[in-house]
Amino acid sequence: MSASTGFKPRRWGSWYVAEHRIRGMRAYLQTIIATSIGNPLVYLFALGVGLASLVDAQLDSGPSGAVSYLTFVAPALLATAAVTVASEESTYPMMMGFKWNPIFYAMNAAPISGKQIVNGMIIGMTARILPTCAIYFVVMLAFGAVPSALGFLGILTATFTGIAVGVLIMSYTATIEEDKGQMAMIMRFGITPMFLFSGTFFPLTQLPIFLQWIGWISPLWHGTELGRVLAYGAAEPIWLTVIHVLYLVALAFLGWKRTQTVVERRLNK
Amino acid sequence: MPAPVITASGLTKKYKEFVAVDGISFEVAPGESFGLLGPNGAGKSTTMRMLGAVSTRTSGTLDILGLDPNDRGPEIRSMLGVVPQQDNLDQELRVRDNLIVYGRYFGMSRASVGKKADELLEFAQLSDRAKAKVDDLSGGMKRRLTIARALVNDPKILLLDEPTTGLDPQARHILWDRLFRLKEQGTTLVLTTHYMDEAEQLCDRLVVVDKGAIMAEGSPASLIREHSSREVAEVRFGSDRNAGVAEQIASIGDRIEVLPDRILIYSADGDAELAKLDAMGLKPITSLVRRSSLEDVFLRLTGRTLIE
Repeated sequence: MSASTGFKPRRWGSWYVAEHRIRGMRAYLQTIIATSIGNPLVYLFALGVGLASLVDAQLDSGPSGAVSYLTFVAPALLATAAVTVASEESTYPMMMGFKWNPIFYAMNAAPISGKQIVNGMIIGMTARILPTCAIYFVVMLAFGAVPSALGFLGILTATFTGIAVGVLIMSYTATIEEDKGQMAMIMRFGITPMFLFSGTFFPLTQLPIFLQWIGWISPLWHGTELGRVLAYGAAEPIWLTVIHVLYLVALAFLGWKRTQTVVERRLNK
Repeated sequence: MPAPVITASGLTKKYKEFVAVDGISFEVAPGESFGLLGPNGAGKSTTMRMLGAVSTRTSGTLDILGLDPNDRGPEIRSMLGVVPQQDNLDQELRVRDNLIVYGRYFGMSRASVGKKADELLEFAQLSDRAKAKVDDLSGGMKRRLTIARALVNDPKILLLDEPTTGLDPQARHILWDRLFRLKEQGTTLVLTTHYMDEAEQLCDRLVVVDKGAIMAEGSPASLIREHSSREVAEVRFGSDRNAGVAEQIASIGDRIEVLPDRILIYSADGDAELAKLDAMGLKPITSLVRRSSLEDVFLRLTGRTLIE
């Protein structure tokens, strides 16, 4: 009965899409597991232990004084891991769904709306980011990189940073009709510079003032700074912490709505 | 007569200046097998997307199962099965999983969709391929899987866009057999095709469409009766002589069509026309007599052949 009235699809459609997406991830499940455990080990060891032995400068401090380079860099790496997964899940799966493996059209021929497809893709993306961040955090703990008891909340802020970046990318990738290397461009001229200039390895204030704007507009910088506040109580005015949150929420909201509009329009040809 | 399941009136779709579907009107009765026959670019697929409640019409009215797709799209789609022109199976999933995820889109429980998937694999003669990757299936198998997927919600109407295009003759016949069974079970079928034999095999009634408009409507037999003769004699004199000979024999038969490679002589008695040619001393390179088909109807109505 429910199938014929279309009531359940209207209500649960986004979750059905997510379920489908997660089933699709099984195809590369081993890669997902290997990278989500391997990445934090490699990065935290190389930067937090290796590079840290060369960094004498005290880059930041919490309530109980200066923090180690490992402690400083770990929240940034956590946020970066979230953004990296988000950029994977928001580029090719989006292009595939319209073009190479055009399942979005099949979903839409069933009672699923374009908006629900977008929601489902975001839920699916979150289902990858959240465990990635959780595993990252556990490794951070193992390295002794999280002094504050509130540090675990960084899992959520990093995940949300990933979502914000992911939906922004989706709002663009959903428009791509022909792959002319746009997705490689996103990585090269979007994600990589963001990674380098978002106060990841050194405080943003170390950059000349004319480059600091990159950090201010970078969702990764806002996500990283939030992570630092939570992980070791980094000193910053409360209004700035509020701005980090508001900025990420605003980006996520805009990206989400924009992607929905683009996908609905593209399906209704 | 029962209420129609589809009623289209003045249905129009424009893309900026281009008019893809130009005010077509038709009705489809429950249990009927209804076809849209026309060449590529006639507006068949656009019509199908409007019937499938995924493409918004520019003007006209459309009623599907008593609902207007403009505001009840998901409800309508929950009662339809759709087989698109291009297979859009999920190649990342295995055969059976494709049916499972699709059933979930209609709100079916995991338990009921599993049972349904096995039934449909049986129907599509794919039970032994349940765990295969979609990529490893042949074209005909993919098509059958797409049809099985479209049946997962026991649709009231099955929409098929060019169901057998690109398949080899054997695969086409298997598919026709499956579709014929659905028809026998009372499923309403709406299909587009540019193959006249397919239209003749499957359709109770059809409309001939060209350039977004309906040229004629009726059963295959009545369309042939109305727009063509009983038989057709096809003669070939070689591409450089066909036109010249056609002028000579203009008085033969009911009507003559000259195609680049052959001359078609429409007549109630094809053999009698061939005998007349013989009496005139004209010796075609090849000749044959056949029954009129929908291809002839289309040629008569539009001056063009279906596959160009």
